[in-house]
Amino acid sequence: MDHLDELENQSIYILREAYKNFKNLAMLWSIGKDSTIMLWLARKAFFGHCPIPLVHIDTTYKIPAMIEYRDFYAKEWGLNLVVGKNQKALDEGMNHEKGRIVCCEALKTQGLQCIMEQEGYTGLILGIRRDEEGTRAKERYFSPRDKNFEWNFKDQPPELWDQYKTKFSDDTHIRIHPILHWTELNVWEYILRENIPIIDLYFATPEGKRYRSLGCAPCTGTIDSNAKNVEEIVEELKNATTAERSGRAQDQENTYAMQKLRARGYM
Amino acid sequence: MGNNGSAPDLSTRLMRMVIVGHVDHGKSTLVGRLLSDTGSLPEGKLQFVKDICDQQGKTFEFAFLLDALQEEQEQGITIDTSQIFFHTTKRKYVIIDAPGHKEFLKNMVTGAADAEAALLLIDAKEGVQEQSRRHGYILKLLGLTQVAVVINKMDLVGYDEKVYSKIKTEYSNFLASLGVEAREFIPVSAKLGTNIAELKDEMPWYKGPTVLNILDQFEKKPRPDHLPFRFPVQDVYKFDERRIIAGRVESGKLQVGDRVIFSPSNKKAIVKTIESWSVPEQPNAATSSESIGFTLDEQIFVERGDVCTLMDELPIVSTTFDANVFWMGKRKLEKGRKFTIKLNTQEVECEVHEFKKAIDASTLETLKNQDYIAKNDVAELTLKTRSPVAFDLFGSIATTGRFVLVDEYDVCGGGIITTYNPTTKEDKLRDEVRTRDFNWIKSDIKPEERAYRNGHSAALILITGEPGSGKGPLARTLERSLFQNNFQSYLLDRRNVNLGVSADIGSSEEESARRLGEVAKLFLDAGHVVISTSNAFHREDQEDLKLLANPYQVVEIQVSSKPAGEPDILISPDEAQNVKEASTKIQNYLKEKKILMGHNYSI
Repeated sequence: MDHLDELENQSIYILREAYKNFKNLAMLWSIGKDSTIMLWLARKAFFGHCPIPLVHIDTTYKIPAMIEYRDFYAKEWGLNLVVGKNQKALDEGMNHEKGRIVCCEALKTQGLQCIMEQEGYTGLILGIRRDEEGTRAKERYFSPRDKNFEWNFKDQPPELWDQYKTKFSDDTHIRIHPILHWTELNVWEYILRENIPIIDLYFATPEGKRYRSLGCAPCTGTIDSNAKNVEEIVEELKNATTAERSGRAQDQENTYAMQKLRARGYM
Repeated sequence: MGNNGSAPDLSTRLMRMVIVGHVDHGKSTLVGRLLSDTGSLPEGKLQFVKDICDQQGKTFEFAFLLDALQEEQEQGITIDTSQIFFHTTKRKYVIIDAPGHKEFLKNMVTGAADAEAALLLIDAKEGVQEQSRRHGYILKLLGLTQVAVVINKMDLVGYDEKVYSKIKTEYSNFLASLGVEAREFIPVSAKLGTNIAELKDEMPWYKGPTVLNILDQFEKKPRPDHLPFRFPVQDVYKFDERRIIAGRVESGKLQVGDRVIFSPSNKKAIVKTIESWSVPEQPNAATSSESIGFTLDEQIFVERGDVCTLMDELPIVSTTFDANVFWMGKRKLEKGRKFTIKLNTQEVECEVHEFKKAIDASTLETLKNQDYIAKNDVAELTLKTRSPVAFDLFGSIATTGRFVLVDEYDVCGGGIITTYNPTTKEDKLRDEVRTRDFNWIKSDIKPEERAYRNGHSAALILITGEPGSGKGPLARTLERSLFQNNFQSYLLDRRNVNLGVSADIGSSEEESARRLGEVAKLFLDAGHVVISTSNAFHREDQEDLKLLANPYQVVEIQVSSKPAGEPDILISPDEAQNVKEASTKIQNYLKEKKILMGHNYSI
């Protein structure tokens, strides 16, 4: 059993614990590589099926190719896809020019809250990883949020021996992070090994640009790269020294931007 | 923080290690130093932090490298575990950075439970402190015995060998009392980089390894493939035509064709296939740490919590066992209160049966005459679960010999099972039942087939309560009413068993209860709903009957004005006067529990 096998088996265990212990679960599918491998792991965990609905938060500012990819594979893999939007904020003209953090909160965080209330979800499976940025490093696999979606990172439940927090008062909901222990490199190595179809925005254009992390078109930049396929991305990452989310503008807004966003319910 | 790139070799697994110790003894500094001295920092990170320090007018410290959160910087303590990657020339490591503040013990436990080796840090100037001992004890409880002690801040004591030796003697004695032997005691200055990556000149009296040397000497934890097969059932899936038993192999190996037993239900079957999705060919075997699924040759009832093993390597099944427990809850762990134990995938109500020894983990002193432990303390105790659980001793199979305790909503404690003594009558009877069930010659007609024809599954309805409460008439009405609905009901009177089957034993209550149970079991095996009343029965006898009826369902109806135990249905003597209504109530319950399913239901 190699390192990827270990990661895979652990993630499958967590997904099955989530499915067994919580009713009204949803899995967030951002179309990015992380939530796409998580979806793949779910199909492994449930022997070719994905019994959990997949929620995609559409800010309407997503790169169009992402929507095409989403709809194609939702059909191809027979997924139960639920699309959420904060229509009210969009009608009021929300966009990143009103402030990136304000926009993220309105369209992503509140967009997510809207769909969760509407569908009655009490648990959400997310493809975040500890190595993405500092605040995510502090997460648990099973992480409670209060009724306002807030995360109290100072008082988190202990997690040992794969015994997760599965009991909650009615006003909390739970976030589950099955690939928390993976790194960016692990994700790409796994994509390579499993031959998982991944959106081609990650691959370098002839001009030598590629996306390393996907988000809304106005706030997501490309990096300089000649990596045209998964193998080349794995090679590139082995030698990378810059941060994965360096192309994501909201992180750079100020020193504690991500912490603030996440304490208030951002993914 | 993060994956710092440059992986030496992908085929080698990561070494997971934790750094623990008292608050302010220098953990974050050591981590920062390890990152820096092994060249594991991302480009520009060191300069970035140095620049921030300049801006804020602070002296640069290695610990700042780890301050990922605002709050952390303000309080100057690591509030939570996080993982930091680094590599030596030998292999890759992930450090689980665990906080040393007493209030954050649960975070320390979270970090350490996942680690394979530990560095325990002691400040040379402050010496052995409260958390030094507490963390030592907890590492032992977590089964983490691959430990090296790092004596830090030697620069503050003039690199004095005497200081080093004093701490070494004191702390190695402490560890010895726990049965732990540290690999090494390394004198260092994390701040100045002394003896971290290389031995420096300041302490010529120290000839041992550096911190990095020691790390590279630690061994990867071997996977428990050589131990008996253990598979706690996580779930049973029926997404398509396959009925898949899902879970993780905790130890040992499973092969297609193996004859397996599920405990505590004692059901057995043969493994037909091992299922897998998106693989070139279906596997024939599975080993430890694999999350798998398999199908069986027959449709036996298996549920989450059952522990699947091979026939000749059974786990222990009991309601009582001895354990060492550490407690992290705000409320006390005390006698008389109910908790939930989570042991693999089993989840059962439990309580402390007896405190053998309550211990202050920071001094190892026994807290005398204490029937509780408070936050951060440990205890040797006997636990009693409400229903039997399957487990192993921690010393023989670690993963199925440990558990957590949940108080209300929160995981508040953890423990390891140290000993089990099958001394109680109940334990002996359970062992007897197990032998009986394993050797039982099964009919070709399956219980499901009988249930299909009868319109109900077999069950024992035990009507209990004080004499004269109206149990007899109720039992008769129930028998008649079930019979009229074309169900196979039979009222098994204890007196009839005593007149014949037990005529030879005189007044032995215990043996008479056992024989009644065995007779009931035969009727249950024949598919009947067996009704029995118990006048003079002690509660203990009723427990025996439940045990003997295994694996069939037992429903207890208590007719009483003073309820005792935990019956499934409680009927007051007044209610029992109206036998028809009371009988209907019972039947509704049986329908709800899917014991009465009606005829011609589909399987």
